[in-house]
Amino acid sequence: MSRYSAWEILKNAVKGNRDWTPAWRRAEPKSAYDVIIIGGGGHGLSTAYYLAKVHGITNVAVVEKGYLGSGNVGRNTTIVRSNYRLTPNSRFYEKSMELWRELSHDLNYNVMFSPRGVLNLALTPGQMDTYAERGNQMRLMGVRSELLDRDQVARLNPGLDVSGSARFPIEGGLLQPDAGNARHDAVAWGYARAADQLGVDIIENCEVNGFLKEGGRITGVETTRGTIRAAKTGVAVAGNTGKVMKLAGIDNLPIESTVLQAFVSESIKPIIKNVVTFGAGHLYVSQSDKGGLVFGGNIDYYNSYAQRGNLPVWEEVISELLAMFPAFARVKLLRSWGGVMDMSMDGSPIITTGPIDGMYLNAGWCYGGFKATPASGWCFAHTIANDKASEYNETFTLERFKNGQSIDELGAGPTPWYH
Amino acid sequence: MKITCPYCGERDHREFTYRGDATAIRPSIDNTSLDDHQAFVYDRKNTAGTHRELWNHTSGCRTHVVVVRDTVSHEIFSCEPVGPFAKQLARNVAKLKGAGA
Ligand SMILES: Cc1cc2nc3c(=O)[nH]c(=O)nc-3n(C[C@H](O)[C@H](O)[C@H](O)COP(=O)(O)OP(=O)(O)OC[C@H]3O[C@@H](n4cnc5c(N)ncnc54)[C@H](O)[C@@H]3O)c2cc1C
Ligand SMILES: [Zn+2]
Repeated sequence: MSRYSAWEILKNAVKGNRDWTPAWRRAEPKSAYDVIIIGGGGHGLSTAYYLAKVHGITNVAVVEKGYLGSGNVGRNTTIVRSNYRLTPNSRFYEKSMELWRELSHDLNYNVMFSPRGVLNLALTPGQMDTYAERGNQMRLMGVRSELLDRDQVARLNPGLDVSGSARFPIEGGLLQPDAGNARHDAVAWGYARAADQLGVDIIENCEVNGFLKEGGRITGVETTRGTIRAAKTGVAVAGNTGKVMKLAGIDNLPIESTVLQAFVSESIKPIIKNVVTFGAGHLYVSQSDKGGLVFGGNIDYYNSYAQRGNLPVWEEVISELLAMFPAFARVKLLRSWGGVMDMSMDGSPIITTGPIDGMYLNAGWCYGGFKATPASGWCFAHTIANDKASEYNETFTLERFKNGQSIDELGAGPTPWYH
Repeated sequence: MKITCPYCGERDHREFTYRGDATAIRPSIDNTSLDDHQAFVYDRKNTAGTHRELWNHTSGCRTHVVVVRDTVSHEIFSCEPVGPFAKQLARNVAKLKGAGA
């Protein structure tokens, strides 16, 4: 398979674009592999890629129940950032940012990483103080941050209502200038293509419906396309973690599944420069390259495995958007959808060996697993290859809850729907 | 979704605050097993399907309600009162219903 390049585009254009080949093979499942990854989302695919690229383990299958990108990797609002307070999170998400910056070159696939800046609006002087503190904490971790006053915020995003008569007058904001967006589908496709080129089998429409267990050890999976054996089985199924782990007899994880909705408007001319978040409530909005406003807010606050939510969230999210950008009242909503989220008990992820021998678990991504995609795969691959966590995920264990070492960025306690 | 509060009747779910899995029961005070307490605080069945859960009618009478709901279809099967006054409450509601109120 060829590399994508300007020359390839030219060559194919001359030939009428008839010779492009599929980006990855339609692999048939073999009877055994060194490693099986369950879940062809961003994390499963990036894990397979780094297993092959960094660790030289190429006899790998990614087993996906639907088509690639049918899960949350194709449903998110594409925000990529690392503006955290707690050291384990800062280090991990900065590792991710490092990989994001080179990702298009590394994969030879344009993931359209766009560091347009993430701007958190502050609506009260108290909130400005909190952001000053957060900004300082980010700088201590080597993450760039800028505290902006109201005029600076208004110059960046002219549609914002910065008047004193706004429902929630804006004081200023905290900007992470190196954060931004990436194209979510391209991330899935790019990792799939790059992993495939290194020899990984990507097996779509293949649902895992059981585990093979021998002497207390996981030795493979039962699927709708037959039995597949492997020395090591990694689980990276995001919102479906509860369902899949139950097949292995594990039904006591510190995770609950809920639904998060997202919204896209019709296309309008460029008006929002950054990813902008609201300071009273929960709302994040950015403008896609096509011009649509892409936004979302809170999860629907109850356990759910339905990929659709309820209307109160629409009202909440849209009223927050209009409080910030009154002009958007005239914009039509185009689409909305939901994705099932694996909310962990402290809001931080789990990337670990176990909980059964021969098995490895990647879960608990809450609102923020898209930005984690490169680092999550990098760390999970390291953990699977070495049977030991890397320095970036050594605290993302299951034991941390019992040991009183939960990583609770918000300080919300063991109420997964509030993280 | 609509939840039927035993006191107030059928209301939009936005009047209620979700309080999570109703099958997670706090171990008794003299149970000193760390595992039992950790399981109560952190471990969840996270069921796909029929789920027993607590909702508080925060924007109404502030009573807790045990709702049995399908987490895949969002269909609600039952809404029962809970707590020390649940039995008495159920009797009162039955009496009022009997009186045609
Ligand atoms: C509406 C919404 C907005 C979001 N916005 C952001 C954001 O702005 N920024 C951010 O960083 N994060 C965001 N997220 C979170 C992020 O999308 C997820 O955390 C992340 O995509 C999860 O990892 P994944 O890509 O591997 O998951 P998925 O793409 O869900 O991959 C899991 C895969 O496992 C497959 N699977 C499940 N069960 C089985 C089985 N039995 N057998 C085989 N395969 C199976 C599924 O079909 C699925 O394809 C958002 C999520 C949602 C829903
Ligand atoms: Zn009530």
